[in-house]
Amino acid sequence: MSKAILYDATLCIGCKACEQGCAERNKLPYNDAVAAEPVQSAHKYTVVLTKGDKFMRRLCMHCEDPTCASVCPVGALRKTKDGPVIYEEVRCMGCRYCVVACPFGVPKYEWEKALPAVRKCDMCSDRVLAGKMTACAEVCPTGATKFGDREELIAEAKQRLHENPGNYVNRIYGLEEVGGTSVLLLSSVPFESFGYRTDLVREPLPLFTFRVLSRIPDLVALGGVLLGGVWWITNRRTAVAAAEGKKGGREGEVT
Amino acid sequence: MKQKLMRFTLWKVVFLAIMAAGAYATVLRFTRGLGASTNLSDQFPWGIWIGFDVLCGVMLAAGGFTLMAAVHIFHIERFKPIIRPTVLTAFLGYLLVCVALMFDLGRYYRIWHPLIMRNPHSVMFEVAYCVMLYTTVLALEFAPIVFERLRLEKPLRILQAVSIPLVILGVILSTLHQSSLGSLYLIMPNKLHPFWYTPLLPVFFFISAIGIGLAMTIFESYMSSKYFHRQLELPLLSDLGRILAVVLSVYAMLRFEDLYHRGVLKLVLQPRYETWLFLLEVVVGLLLPIAMLFTRRIRESTGGLYLAAVLTVLGFITNRLNVSITGMEGAAGMHYVPKWTEMAVTAMIIAGGFALFGLATKYLPIFPAEGEHAKPAAVVVRARSLEQPVAGD
Repeated sequence: MSKAILYDATLCIGCKACEQGCAERNKLPYNDAVAAEPVQSAHKYTVVLTKGDKFMRRLCMHCEDPTCASVCPVGALRKTKDGPVIYEEVRCMGCRYCVVACPFGVPKYEWEKALPAVRKCDMCSDRVLAGKMTACAEVCPTGATKFGDREELIAEAKQRLHENPGNYVNRIYGLEEVGGTSVLLLSSVPFESFGYRTDLVREPLPLFTFRVLSRIPDLVALGGVLLGGVWWITNRRTAVAAAEGKKGGREGEVT
Repeated sequence: MKQKLMRFTLWKVVFLAIMAAGAYATVLRFTRGLGASTNLSDQFPWGIWIGFDVLCGVMLAAGGFTLMAAVHIFHIERFKPIIRPTVLTAFLGYLLVCVALMFDLGRYYRIWHPLIMRNPHSVMFEVAYCVMLYTTVLALEFAPIVFERLRLEKPLRILQAVSIPLVILGVILSTLHQSSLGSLYLIMPNKLHPFWYTPLLPVFFFISAIGIGLAMTIFESYMSSKYFHRQLELPLLSDLGRILAVVLSVYAMLRFEDLYHRGVLKLVLQPRYETWLFLLEVVVGLLLPIAMLFTRRIRESTGGLYLAAVLTVLGFITNRLNVSITGMEGAAGMHYVPKWTEMAVTAMIIAGGFALFGLATKYLPIFPAEGEHAKPAAVVVRARSLEQPVAGD
């Protein structure tokens, strides 16, 4: 069964334990300076945003049908059946199409390195595979970040919305965005105020290109026959003209 | 005579200056990485190396497949005399696109990875494959010119035996990747500005590639006549201009219908940065050349036809830059201006292209023999073996 993360901003106290836990698990430097950085980057895979007494996390959404995995020409990014969207550095040639295309702006690039790689949250895929929860969920002191089965977490999120409608914006972010994600968000303030786009389409983005790409085999077959046919007809016309003795004039003129 | 020598020297100095700046930028790029040598960032990961060098580079090389199809598939043989310079330009164009890609790819030494690591759902994968295969096709279409020069009869004959299937393959591959460069952006409906995001992007990229193919042929013929003192065949080029007028009209019609149906035309009233660049692209780079090409007096004059072709080329370059840069800035929340290193590398690649073109025309039979209309012996050999399939038909 596919795993997921449910983040409930109303339970979050903004302690940034998840940021630190994430950095430790990924062997990234973490100090006050990094903690103060308000954006995801190649050295910071998750961010706790603060606005007054409101908080919001940002991390890879682990889409059900990920745009990054669809656009990657060499298949360096892929969705595992457990839920995490993982990255295989050895395949990546650095075209950065994933960075351009991700609807959530998640994949980040190591711009300062001579031989860079893409960096992003991988939902602690090794831990998940071993039956453990993600580092961020494990260290969360309030249960704001919760790890579990996606279906169960959706049911739980719905129940929270149902029981305390006044506490929340009536929306589970990630339930339908770009076909659904494995990270689900609940918030008491509009998601836009933390930079989450609420105008994203409901269908998986890979469909937008696959609709075109899937026609290629037909196009190749049709194009080949059509062009071959045109050549055959026009060529025959030249041949007939030649046979009728017009060869000298026409050929001499063109070469 | 002296003046001519001076000018030649000046151009040499300019060329060397561009090459030196490009070489320094190249060192910076490969030792310091993309961050230090470009203005690219996580907000704006694709700059002019993709927007201009790759998107425009592939587009400007479209003359190759357009003219090959016209001459060899549709048998419009009047255009035969300009086919060699056009194939040369296309071949050089694709080689330079590959060079530019080496600069842009973070791990350039893995550029061959798509050969064995395949993701058929990726437009980029398809583009990579088509560009790889089409560059090979162009090399094979160009090779006879080299074989002729070296008088290698046997390989020449082998290539000529497969020339028609090769042309058909080239046209199909071009159709696929010219349109797919537009499809690259289909997956970003929430990012690309509505002036440019449309489900018809691949169709527009394809039609404009044909238009550019024609416009570039006119442009190149004019340049060749100016710098290589080849006689400009005006009636021939005016005919191309006539076809170009029709292609551009079809494109313009579809473009406006699409904007109208998506309800985007009213955005023209917003005094925004995107609006000015959209108007520049559509009014100066599309409607104006259409009007010029439909005016007989302009179409049949050397200067007028040349100007219309240049406007068309600039218009579609603006289009590609609008799709890849202008249209993406809004979602990125920032303006992207290329760093000097990015421009120096681009200038170096373009200058290199001109130099290679000059060298090729000097040492290879690209143009018909100078000063006379008699055909060189080698061309006759080629023409004769091209006729062979006729006999078998």
